[in-house]
Amino acid sequence: MNWLIKSSIGRKFVQSISGLFMILFLLFHVSMNLVLIFNYETYDFLANEVLGANWWAIVGTGVIALGFVVHTIYAIWLTLQNRKARGKDRYASSSKTDTTWSSQNMFVLGLFILLFLLLHLYQFWYEMQFKELLMIEGARHDSATLVKEVFSQVWVVIVYIAAFVALWFHLTHGFWSALHTVGWNNTIWMKRIKVLGNVVSTAICLGFIVVALAMHFGFSNLVG
Amino acid sequence: MDKDINIKVKVWRQNGPKEKGHFETYPLENISQGSSFLEMLDILNEKLINEGKEPVVFDHDCREGICGMCSLYINGHPHGPDSGITTCQLHMRRFNDGDTITVEPWRSAGFPIIKDLMVDRSAFDKIIQSGGYVSVNTGGVPDANSIPIPRDDAEMAMDAAACIGCGACVAACKNGSAMLFVSAKVSQLALLPQGRVEAARRAKSMVAKMDELGFGNCTNTGACEVECPKNISISNIARLNREFLKARFKD
Repeated sequence: MNWLIKSSIGRKFVQSISGLFMILFLLFHVSMNLVLIFNYETYDFLANEVLGANWWAIVGTGVIALGFVVHTIYAIWLTLQNRKARGKDRYASSSKTDTTWSSQNMFVLGLFILLFLLLHLYQFWYEMQFKELLMIEGARHDSATLVKEVFSQVWVVIVYIAAFVALWFHLTHGFWSALHTVGWNNTIWMKRIKVLGNVVSTAICLGFIVVALAMHFGFSNLVG
Repeated sequence: MDKDINIKVKVWRQNGPKEKGHFETYPLENISQGSSFLEMLDILNEKLINEGKEPVVFDHDCREGICGMCSLYINGHPHGPDSGITTCQLHMRRFNDGDTITVEPWRSAGFPIIKDLMVDRSAFDKIIQSGGYVSVNTGGVPDANSIPIPRDDAEMAMDAAACIGCGACVAACKNGSAMLFVSAKVSQLALLPQGRVEAARRAKSMVAKMDELGFGNCTNTGACEVECPKNISISNIARLNREFLKARFKD
């Protein structure tokens, strides 16, 4: 299986599969967030009993972390190789080829999302699962209240929404590009996949934004 | 109507592969808009020769858009601002009086500059040699219709076979990737029964050669497809991905 490392298509295959896997994770994540709008108790139950520090949640976290690390390492590796392949000399008349902005900026968008993720993990995952695992004082079990506290700050809402917009651009290219790389070659279905990619990206990012705003302006726990 | 225009041509001059290059700007007067871009460069070279200067080196051959020899990155586009044509099919009516036209060679690590606007594209030949063919036993010529081929497959194979190997895809790509070229060459054979026999070996060895020669990893920006003078579709890239992965998973 060393072609997953040595071959360009092999490396891209790893990048695609890890990306698609994280889209599935994001779909789960946004679904759980939406619970906050309706009921805090259900959210706390999901966060502590269904996830929490249970073995399956720890294994799940490990798998997702692995997916993210692989995606990041391969992204850096592929980008460095591509810069080398492109060569040192740049065009004086800069490229006027009509391509989508996101497809040209996947690495920068990814980097921004990575930085956001560090903040996000520190604000929530560290407080909830990590502290409980390492028996550090002050692990939070009132997850919904923690979310409300964090999102009461305006800067948090702004940073999060900026990250969701970056995520939207990253996903609109990433979704169809990943399926293209794993070999979905069909001229009719490719158009549908692009539309589906836009729908999925919009659903994920809009869901996140709606929850962030709802938490900030107090439109949450509606049937609590 | 076509007019005579006065233009400035900003051309990349570089004496050899290892030398440092620079831009020179040459004014040209009374260029007919009816002339082709390469004819304009011919006029420039004639002028340079008459002035005792060294003419600009550029690749060209058939001048009817079928050989794949001409290149040139003109005003931010491989093969110039028109779409679906090669540089030799580009006409001066695409430019206006007073324009400064920037002319550069393909810039990619896989295509080192030989001199001025001429680059070494022999990497493409090496990729073809590594598997872009079908092995046939010579003998009697079989009847044309003895192997039935679905119409759509035949059409797609012909579309892929339209690739002239000019390298515009690599020149347009921010990753210096040759995937559009390699995928067209793999597809034109993989779609036909005659090419299926060696399909797995071909996909593996052509991709390996492409990687070895230092071309980049495709990120599906689609720039190649936009600039391709033969309008080769990136669906060929998806087909190459599939052919390669299929071959690898069979191992």
